[in-house]
Amino acid sequence: MEKFTTHTGIGVPLRQSNVDTDQIIPAVYLKRITRTGFEDALFAAWRKDPSFILNQAPFNAGSVLVAGPDFGTGSSREHAVWALKDYGFKTVLSSRFADIFRGNSGKQGLLAAEVAQDDIELIWKELENAPGTEVTVDLVSKTVQCGNIVAPFEIDDYTRWRLLEGLDDIGLTLQHEEDITAYEATRPSFKPKTLPARLS
Amino acid sequence: MAKTLAEKVWDAHVVRKGDGEGANAQPDLLFIDLHLVHEVTSPQAFEGLRLAGRELRRPDLTIATEDHNTPTLDIDKPIADLTSRTQIQTLRNNCQEFGVRLHSLGDAEQGIVHVVGPQLGLTQPGMTVVCGDSHTSTHGAFGALAMGIGTSEVEHVMATQTLSLKPFKTMAINVEGTLRPGVTAKDIILAVIAKIGTGGGQGYVLEYRGSAIRALSMEARMTICNMSIEAGARAGLVAPDQTTYDYMYGRPHAPQGAEWDAAVEYWNTLRTDDGAVFDVEVDLDADSLEPFVTWGTNPGQGVSLSANVPSPADFGDENAKAAAERALQYMGLEAGTPMKDIRVDTVFLGSCTNSRIEDLRAAADIIRGRAKDPAVRMLVVPGSARVRLEAEAEGLDKVFKDFGAEWRFAGCSMCLGMNPDQLEPGERCASTSNRNFEGRQGKGGRTHLVSPVVAAATAVRGTLSSPSDLEPATATALTGTAV
Repeated sequence: MEKFTTHTGIGVPLRQSNVDTDQIIPAVYLKRITRTGFEDALFAAWRKDPSFILNQAPFNAGSVLVAGPDFGTGSSREHAVWALKDYGFKTVLSSRFADIFRGNSGKQGLLAAEVAQDDIELIWKELENAPGTEVTVDLVSKTVQCGNIVAPFEIDDYTRWRLLEGLDDIGLTLQHEEDITAYEATRPSFKPKTLPARLS
Repeated sequence: MAKTLAEKVWDAHVVRKGDGEGANAQPDLLFIDLHLVHEVTSPQAFEGLRLAGRELRRPDLTIATEDHNTPTLDIDKPIADLTSRTQIQTLRNNCQEFGVRLHSLGDAEQGIVHVVGPQLGLTQPGMTVVCGDSHTSTHGAFGALAMGIGTSEVEHVMATQTLSLKPFKTMAINVEGTLRPGVTAKDIILAVIAKIGTGGGQGYVLEYRGSAIRALSMEARMTICNMSIEAGARAGLVAPDQTTYDYMYGRPHAPQGAEWDAAVEYWNTLRTDDGAVFDVEVDLDADSLEPFVTWGTNPGQGVSLSANVPSPADFGDENAKAAAERALQYMGLEAGTPMKDIRVDTVFLGSCTNSRIEDLRAAADIIRGRAKDPAVRMLVVPGSARVRLEAEAEGLDKVFKDFGAEWRFAGCSMCLGMNPDQLEPGERCASTSNRNFEGRQGKGGRTHLVSPVVAAATAVRGTLSSPSDLEPATATALTGTAV
């Protein structure tokens, strides 16, 4: 995974709560078997509306999405993160993320930064008053800056460390393979196995 | 120290405790007892294993089925949609290459992954269960810690049979009292979500407790746990009891003989200790609960079926007000309209929330001896091929077909419209599924989430209806099954 320390880019105000992953990427795009190439799928239904924010310059060149609360609810589809990244977003700011979306972001190097809703409101106003304003998201100091606004954001320490170092999760876990093997030896025999298959 | 059920299951699966304490604690490494796989969220994970030269660690704890993409008609013909066909074929190739047991379209055990696991007896109390699907919370009905994961985590589980997780907070959902006739598990969970909101459970594991939960069947408990994710909780569970054991006994992968006894002895320990403290407790009164239905575009936007469409002005919070305005516009609804005046075009009975045999029986009991509103299209999609066979053995298929409903093959179908079962733009649907998001059931489609009995009553009257709104049936007496 690529390291993430700090990013500066055009902020996109998405004034909406409960942006579920079906909106971020509709199910019809989930039939692909690749991990890339989802930029056209991002917000596909909403992008058919010419007034949608990503259809307006300079927001179409944005890389910092500033959204309402409960971003990424619903389906576990990691395609939502892939689509945001493929479009060019490096970070999403929201006052509350759905658990699975937040986890998926952390695995893929998309920074999900939890910013208080009051600060989100200030950033929205700034971005709407001066379209094209850049937002800097600094993972080292855990702050976001937009114009004169400087606000802290929350992210759990473990995800922050992994993002800063660009660490591969599976590689980290496999360093403890002995512990896994030891655990497996203690697993009760009444617990089920899928193989050999037993059928009705 | 007194522990909650979720904490007990967690502690029993810690492979390695994370270093540090409190807010700075590293995640724990948890062992995963069962990994369920389907075609949509697995291809990139298998590919990741291949690229890294890694093996699937525990094929014997992994099982796959085809559900999201599969057609519910003409299943003996090649899948018409080429990308769907490729995705299904990719799953088949991957399962063969990595030695994963797969139940393909046409197999008697094929079906929605969350119907298949419990039906085979693979979901058991005290287990950790994961799947690249948010509705994995369903399996919590057995007292398992079950959660949806993304594709990176799918790959992680494939390679290590573990997950790195930060401990959750715990929330008790206490549902006391007795449900009235026509009020079901679906109404309980829709009411819970309306009460705590789509983000209310975020960071928590929910434990459903109380006399109303104890009185529910296993399938009804699955309906409730299934929608925990719609309240933002990654997992929800119910302590196992005799109802759980009776459901499991004799299933193909349930323990047998002395193993069964050992298992039951362990399962009996799986309950929240007296004196254990939940981080949050929420109470819901079952006695006063009415059939519940959603009016908006997230599962928290619900009201009693006897209520009116709310007005944005009813919401104090600015975000909720804006969300309500947008939802009413999308749904084509006027504030103040009685919910029961809303006409639907389609009724969908299916999905991992409500497609099990009891759901089909409950709906069939409502429509038996009644006629469908001719303007309404009704799709009945059993959750698995096994459920379909069981229903046919009971003659339920005939009840649905005589009523004028379409009797389909098993799969996720119109819940998410990845296969041809989709709503047209503007089409309105009473659906027993779990999500009323914009476009979820088809671009521009409008979804009202309902229980199976409300779905059935709605198909009769053409407007959102509860069973108590119906005229007496003509041919066969109602049996009034409560689910």
